[in-house]
Parts: sequence; structure tokens; C-alpha cells
Amino acid sequence: MLIGTVVLAGLALGLCAVLVLTDRLLPAGRDRVAEQVESLLPRIQCAQCGYPGCRPYAEAIAAGEADINRCPPGGEDTVRRLAEFLGREVVALDTTLGSASMNRVARIDEHNCIGCNRCVPVCPVDAVVGVQQTIHAVIAAHCTGCEICLAHCPVDCIDLIPRDA
Amino acid sequence: MLEYTPDRRPTGGLRLPAHKEASTAQPIARGFVPRTLVLALQQHQGPPTTPVVRRGERVLRGQVVARARALRSAAVHASTSGHVRAIEDRLVPSVHAVHRTRCIVIDADGEDEPLPPGAGSAWPEDPEKQLKSIRDGGIVGLGGGVFPTAEKLGPQTPCKVLIINGVECEPYISCDDMLMREAAAEIVDGALIMRELLAAPECIVAVERDKPQAIEALLEAGRASGDASLRLADIPTIYPTGGERQLVEMLTGEEVPSTHYPSEIGYICQNVGTAFAVHRLVRAGEPLLSRVVTVAGDGIARPQNVETPIGTPIGELIEFCGGYRGDVDRLILGGSMMGYALPNDEMPITKGSNCLIAAARTEVRQDFSERFCIRCGNCGTACPARLLPQELLRAARDNDHALLDEFGLTDCIECGCCDVICPSHIPLTEVFRNAKFAHARYQRQEVFSAETQQRFRRHEERERADVQRGKDLQDQIRHEVETDEPARQQAIEAAIERARQRRSQDTDSE
Repeated sequence: MLIGTVVLAGLALGLCAVLVLTDRLLPAGRDRVAEQVESLLPRIQCAQCGYPGCRPYAEAIAAGEADINRCPPGGEDTVRRLAEFLGREVVALDTTLGSASMNRVARIDEHNCIGCNRCVPVCPVDAVVGVQQTIHAVIAAHCTGCEICLAHCPVDCIDLIPRDA
Repeated sequence: MLEYTPDRRPTGGLRLPAHKEASTAQPIARGFVPRTLVLALQQHQGPPTTPVVRRGERVLRGQVVARARALRSAAVHASTSGHVRAIEDRLVPSVHAVHRTRCIVIDADGEDEPLPPGAGSAWPEDPEKQLKSIRDGGIVGLGGGVFPTAEKLGPQTPCKVLIINGVECEPYISCDDMLMREAAAEIVDGALIMRELLAAPECIVAVERDKPQAIEALLEAGRASGDASLRLADIPTIYPTGGERQLVEMLTGEEVPSTHYPSEIGYICQNVGTAFAVHRLVRAGEPLLSRVVTVAGDGIARPQNVETPIGTPIGELIEFCGGYRGDVDRLILGGSMMGYALPNDEMPITKGSNCLIAAARTEVRQDFSERFCIRCGNCGTACPARLLPQELLRAARDNDHALLDEFGLTDCIECGCCDVICPSHIPLTEVFRNAKFAHARYQRQEVFSAETQQRFRRHEERERADVQRGKDLQDQIRHEVETDEPARQQAIEAAIERARQRRSQDTDSE
């Protein structure tokens, strides 16, 4: 009786310790969730969710700090996929955040570009090329249509056009 | 030529009513000259051709009207003489659907005047030039896939076996059967020419068992050719054994890997019509100007096979066959399993059009009410690609792309067997066809997203490295100043000196 109690108590304590230790030493669990959440996002790095990139947003979702409806380019589809993956309720997309869409790309109006080089470093995917005092151009195949460059152009010479036009 | 029966049974498939009696009752009708030609610039899989004629120009039969630039292309020729009316966009049937594409429209003058003899170039000696000659002869796979023949015969993986496909398993279609009956010697000759080009040690002509006359004619022609490497395989009459992948597996026991061509494992399949076209090009210098088209169905006055000039409007071909009869419900291009309904009969016959069915109301299924899947599993048994259609259906309707990948959507050959066998009338093939488009779009998106993610990571890393470099520089200066005592003293004195100067300047100006 006594031996049984001791053995079982020991087992319980030991296993508790193992669980606690693995939880402490392997914090990868939440990281893995974040990684999978990120793979469900469109990953165009528009930052319209309010986080500086898709990964930080994914981490915030994984940590339960952010709503799943904050991705304008992903749309209702992404909300649905996230809800399904995380076992959360489907919520309506927050349409106040922005209008980034993967179906559009930026184009620089060459007549108005002054070569200020402000749009080049802010592009999250290095899709704008050009050096100071020269006209810049967008590599359409790399552009994600994130709209970040629009706000940085002092002469408002960047437009968004349909991707396949 | 040796006749043998392969000892394997095809995977899946169905025995279907053939509906070929009416169109095989009389020989191929020849000598049909249309009033108009609509020649699409792209009648093959590959980059489109460039037109080389102008509006108003007179063209002769056999004249090149659009030139091929890449090897994976095929020239287009005027199939009768006439004047170019326009070069414009028209609706043209292609492999899976109707497309709007650039066409050369020719008003035929009825004279059918050929190019002067000797105008066509002779068959060259050099294999590379021979391939170019096949491309410029406009030859593509006439089984329906319209893959450029020059590309398929080009240098690649060594070819183990050349398979001449005369299986023609789909209901209603009988153009290959009739061609084999009437031009067996020419087909065998074309096959031998291709075998030589490929340097293939073996050549198998595959014919379905329900075509005894074609088999007899081919055996006769094979014996006459005296070539020992030729064999004739008689294939059980099960649809869709004539599919390239199914046929290779049936004949060799090797399964063609997913997303690969049979040529990559050493088997080249060519349709009997293609073999005939190669023969015409090499022996008579005649490019691909016409093809045999089966005109069938209860809605046609005289069902038959017609040697049809490429570009003939479908309406004119039907007129040649006595016009429509009775209650025509639908006009289908292709066979009854893989063909699709046309919106009108103004579109042209292209190089890939093998069959035209004017289906009467009684021939077409009218009840489209779908019922629940009862999970009978018949579709899985019938699938020649060893897929599980009911699982695919579920994944496709859920838009679950990962699951679609897992169940091998891209391996679906759209043969329609699951559709026919399904007791609940679920339009499986249609769902899969649509799902393939959505799936391809999804995969492109995934690739783009992954690349974008990578690019963003590199961008971030570079930014971080820039900041770090700035910090390092600051640290270095601070470190130098703090450790080097004379330098430190110097810096302090320099600062004091600067301050003093400024003060004296200030007092001077007062």
C-alpha cells in the first residue's frame, strides 16, 4: 500500500517535472503555431494589419493578442482559413485597415518621378529599383501591391494598376 | 509484322457502347473544298505563329500563311487556294475549351490551286533539318493533344519504344479506324520514318481489338514493309486505354510518373494520323493541310468520315454531310466522353478536331439533378489514373488545396469514367476540371508568397546589418577614444580649443 502510494506519487511528480521542463526548455510550440499561421497569410508584407510584417502579426495571432480579421489582402478567405486552423469563430474582415490587394502592382509615372530615392528603401520586398537622381521603376513580378511606397512619394507619382495589365 | 496480345489488363476504365457503326459504314469522303477558311495562328501547344500574308493577297493550297519561330511550334498552311479576307480575332475551339485567338480568314476561290510542283523543300538528310522540316510542315499530334511533333521527335531521353497509337477508344470517334483501314501502308511508312528519327529500337502499333479490318490492313502493310522491329499489339476494348499514359502502362508495365511525360521514361506515343501526315510530308512534300474528321450523331443526315481541310467552318462540314436532321440538342466537338459542347457552328475545324457530334435529344443525358454521394466507390474502381474521385470531390468542393494535392488532382486525365459510373449523377469531371484551374492559381499564389517572404527576410536582414554597422562604427570610435590616453587628451584639448575660439568670435562680434 505504502510502496504503491510512494511509487505513484513519485511517478506523478517526475512526470510533472518533465512536462514543466519541456514547456520551459522548448518554447517552440507557440513558434510553430506562428509559423503555420504565417503560411496561411498572403505574406505580402503590407503591414496594414498594424504589425511590421506578416510574421509579427502571425506571432500576435498565435499569442492570442490579435484578431484574425486584420489582413486586407487576404480577405474573407484568409479569415476563414485562420478560423478553421485556430478553432476560432469566423469574424467579418476589418475593412477600415486598408485596401491592399494581391491583384494590383505599383507603377511609377516616369514623367513625374524626381529620383528622390525614398520609395526604394521602404519597399519590403525590394521591388523598386533606382538610385538618386534617376527615374525609378517597379519590378512588377516582385511587387506585392502593399501600398507602402505610396505614402513615401513626395510627388505622388506612384499608381496601382491591375497586375496583368 | 507480329501480332500479339499484351498480358496486362488496363487499370480501371469502362466498356462503353461504341456508336461507331454509322460513320464506318462507308469510306472516307474526299475532295471536299470549303468556301471559307479560318486558320488560327495557334493550333498547337506552344508559342503562336507569325502571319506572313497580307489582306487581299492570293494564297495557293500548301502555301505557308503563318511561320513557326520556336521548335515547339508548327507552321500553318492555306489548305485551299483563295484570297486573304482578314486577320482578326475569332472564337476557335482548342484542347479543353473555346478561346478567342488571332486567325487568318481566307475566302476560297473554289479552284483549289496547289503550289507549283517542286515548290516544297525536299526531305533533308540532316536530322536537325528534318525536325525543322516537320515543324514547317505544320505537323502536330493529331490525336487531339496537338503537341508539336518536331518537339516530340527532337533529341531528348533515348527512346526505347515508339508507340503508334491507333487505339481510339472513345465512343463515336472513328477517324483513326478509317484511316488505318484505308492507308495502312502510309501509316506504317510514317511510323518507320519517325522510328528512324528517334533511333528507337522498337516500334509497337497499338490497335483496339474491335477494329479487325484495321488490324488486318496494318498486318498486311507491316508484312509488305519487311521490317522486323514492328509489332502490332491488340488492346482490349476498354475506355480510356488509348490515353497516352494508360497505353504506355498497358504495353510496358511502367507507370508514367505524375507531372512527367512518357517521353521522359523513354516512350514516345504518336497518333496514326500523325504518322500518316509525316508520310505525306516526307514522301510527297505535302504539309499538313487536312485531317480526317468523324461527323457523327443522330442529328446528322449522313454520318461519315470526311477528309477535311484545316480551317473549314464546322457549319460547312455539316452541310457537306447533308446538314442537320431532326431534333439536334447539342453540337459536341470531340468524343462523347471528353468532348465539349460548342456555342455555334461558325467555328473552324482545327488540327486537333477529330470528331463532331450533332447529338439528338435522345442521345444526351437530360436529367442533371444531382443526388448525394452514397460512397459506393464505383468511381474509384473506374478511375484509370488510380485516384479516389469521391475524396477529390469533397476536397474540391471544400477548396482544400492541400488535400487536393494529397489526392493527386493534377493526375486526373478528365476521361469522364467516374461521371458515367456515378449512380448519383454527380458531375465529377466538371468539378475536377474547374478545380484544376483554381488549384493552379492557388499554387502560383503560394510560390509567389513564399518568394515574397524570402525577399522580405533578406530585406530585413540587410536593414538590421546596416543598423549594426552604424553601431559598430560608433563603438569603435568610442573604444579608440577611451583606451588611447594621448588621443583622449588630444580630443579634450581640441574641444576646449573649439569652445575658446567660438567664445572669442562671440566677443569680437559684440
